[in-house]
Amino acid sequence: MNQTPTTTTDEQPDKSSKRTELQRLAEVMTAARTQQGVSLWSDGWKRLKRNRVSMISLWTLVVIVVLAIVTPALPLQSPIFQNVKQRELLPPEFKTFTLDIAKYDETLASKRQELQAMSTSHDLAALQVEIEGLEARHPINVYWNDPNLISKAMIEFRIFIFGDYCIPSICGTDKLGRDVLSRVCWGSRVSLACGLIATLVSLLIGVSYGAIAGYFGGRIDNIMMRIIDVAYSIPFIFIVIFIMSFLSSPKVRDTLHAYGINQITVFFLMIGAIYWLTMARVVRGQVLSLKNEQFVDAAKTIGTSQWGIIFKHLVPNVMGIVIVYLTLTIPAVIRFEAFLSFLGMGVQAPDISWGMLVNEGIQVITPIRIYWWMIVFSGFALALTLFSLNFLGDGVRDALDPKLKNR
Amino acid sequence: MQVLVFLLKRLGWMLITVWVVFTLSFFLMRAIPGGPLNGERVLSESVRAQLEQRYNLDDPLYVQYTTHLWNTMCFDFGPSYKLQDFTVNEVLAQGFPVSAALGILGMTFALLLGMTAGVVSAVRRTSIYDFSFMLLATLGIAIPSFVLASMAIVLFVFYFQIFPAAGWGELKQIVLPAMCLGAPFAGYIARLTRTGMLEVLSNDYIRTAYAKGLSTRAVILRHALRGSILPVVSYLGPACAGILTGSLVLEKIFAIPGMGSHFIEAALQRDFTLGMGALLTYTVLLYVMNTLVDLSYSFIDPRVVLE
Repeated sequence: MNQTPTTTTDEQPDKSSKRTELQRLAEVMTAARTQQGVSLWSDGWKRLKRNRVSMISLWTLVVIVVLAIVTPALPLQSPIFQNVKQRELLPPEFKTFTLDIAKYDETLASKRQELQAMSTSHDLAALQVEIEGLEARHPINVYWNDPNLISKAMIEFRIFIFGDYCIPSICGTDKLGRDVLSRVCWGSRVSLACGLIATLVSLLIGVSYGAIAGYFGGRIDNIMMRIIDVAYSIPFIFIVIFIMSFLSSPKVRDTLHAYGINQITVFFLMIGAIYWLTMARVVRGQVLSLKNEQFVDAAKTIGTSQWGIIFKHLVPNVMGIVIVYLTLTIPAVIRFEAFLSFLGMGVQAPDISWGMLVNEGIQVITPIRIYWWMIVFSGFALALTLFSLNFLGDGVRDALDPKLKNR
Repeated sequence: MQVLVFLLKRLGWMLITVWVVFTLSFFLMRAIPGGPLNGERVLSESVRAQLEQRYNLDDPLYVQYTTHLWNTMCFDFGPSYKLQDFTVNEVLAQGFPVSAALGILGMTFALLLGMTAGVVSAVRRTSIYDFSFMLLATLGIAIPSFVLASMAIVLFVFYFQIFPAAGWGELKQIVLPAMCLGAPFAGYIARLTRTGMLEVLSNDYIRTAYAKGLSTRAVILRHALRGSILPVVSYLGPACAGILTGSLVLEKIFAIPGMGSHFIEAALQRDFTLGMGALLTYTVLLYVMNTLVDLSYSFIDPRVVLE
């Protein structure tokens, strides 16, 4: 996409000047260096920046993503700790809530001191066991369900900064006494991770499939496209529900755990594995038109292998339209995840996702009392994310492919 | 003749698709530990063996596969594993009309609202109507139907008490689910109609129609709409698939006894025969809808050639 540098030197040989041909060339070279080529991306970015709605959506999304990433470091209440008797279905309130971690740590520290001061070996073993028990039942593990290393470090950081202070239940609590705000924040991590992972999977499958079909053409292309045609008519959601009920049976779950695979990972991968059909079709169409270009012939003459041509020369050239379709895939995938979790077929407790939260809200609806806060906040988070993604997607599409504008 | 060949070809592909879905789900079902006979009550060995023999569950897998395939080809899905005294066919026959009514109502609502909004937006371009309709359309597309439905329940069922919460049979009970089901599709249709209209309105023949003295109404309804409807029609195929999925949740939320709630129940309870029956019905339905949509292209735009 680089523009050819335009020379500013006169074509007419000027006798009075003593410039040699060499100097002229040097000037051209410097001119070329100072001139910047406009790539598809910087051009698109410039156009996107002018679109105010898209920029607002972009910043909203940035805020949501950052919040999701730093959730463990925020002074939120525990998303899973149940307190049925005292905090069941509380409406939004502003009373400060405190944890009891400091006291626990104090006990633990005093026990440790005791251990060091101890001399007789008789009680030593018993005390050691007690301390180990205390460490295993540490509030961090209880309140946050054995977080992984990164989350744990962030939670420790949060305790270091804020101590036992928690943001009050400004979004109310659910029927097991858990803080809704905290659950929505932790749920965002699962929902956004799904959007990311599933989209990457669909990108990988779709682009490779489409590029291979388009490049080889002929019978291979025919067969591969027929498979896509058949796949289009398969109602995948029902098959996914089937597979999920298969995965949730205890025996299968244990087998997967033995291999170190999370059920949730399989779920994400599966969503990605069914959302690649359109991507494959689009990439194939682009590759079909690109493969007769001269740069492909050039690559062939210097002996690039077929796979090299496909993945090094053709795929980078279809990235523009791939990005445009990605902006459609991400919200679709997040919505699909929420949908399945809503039906109870997706993310399983103790993991949290927005779809699941809305479902919990629906289940406690009674004609006698409306627990509106259980639906509104999670529903709003989900809707806001999808709304921004849709608007941003429209903007990106207009920016990268002005021909498609208003389609 | 051309149409006949087209339909026959499509029929062939449909059979292949159904066969693929059948095979996929058959082996998935058999791979799941715990069959219909593993209930809460543990059966004694001999009773279990007898039952397995009665239902051919002790045959080798390929024999089971062929018998099951043959039965399915004769439209016999067998007895339900979990619902007492019901064959799958009976359950489907009960659920299908309910789901179909919901789907058709939702689709009608989506078409009416979507096309009206789209036409108004295109004709009154960059007006306040255009802006607010398109904002609403994006909202409708972005918000998942179950979020919409739950908010609608809070508002219209409990707060204002206009509609009943759940159930099936009265017209009043259908309105809310059908509207929630149709909302996302109304949004898409509005956007597609607007784009199509804008393109058509800049054509010469529209100017001619105005020039010969037709009213705006006649120009839009008789000349422009027909040309701009094609993208909407091609969207109807995916929309049908979406309606099928959407009805799953809405049937669950509003406790409607349709095919969707039966399917969810079947998946949760591992009622495989019922699940398979519903799955195949959905596949056929989707395929037929797609074929009808393709067929309708050539009626709307005679330049389109069926292949």
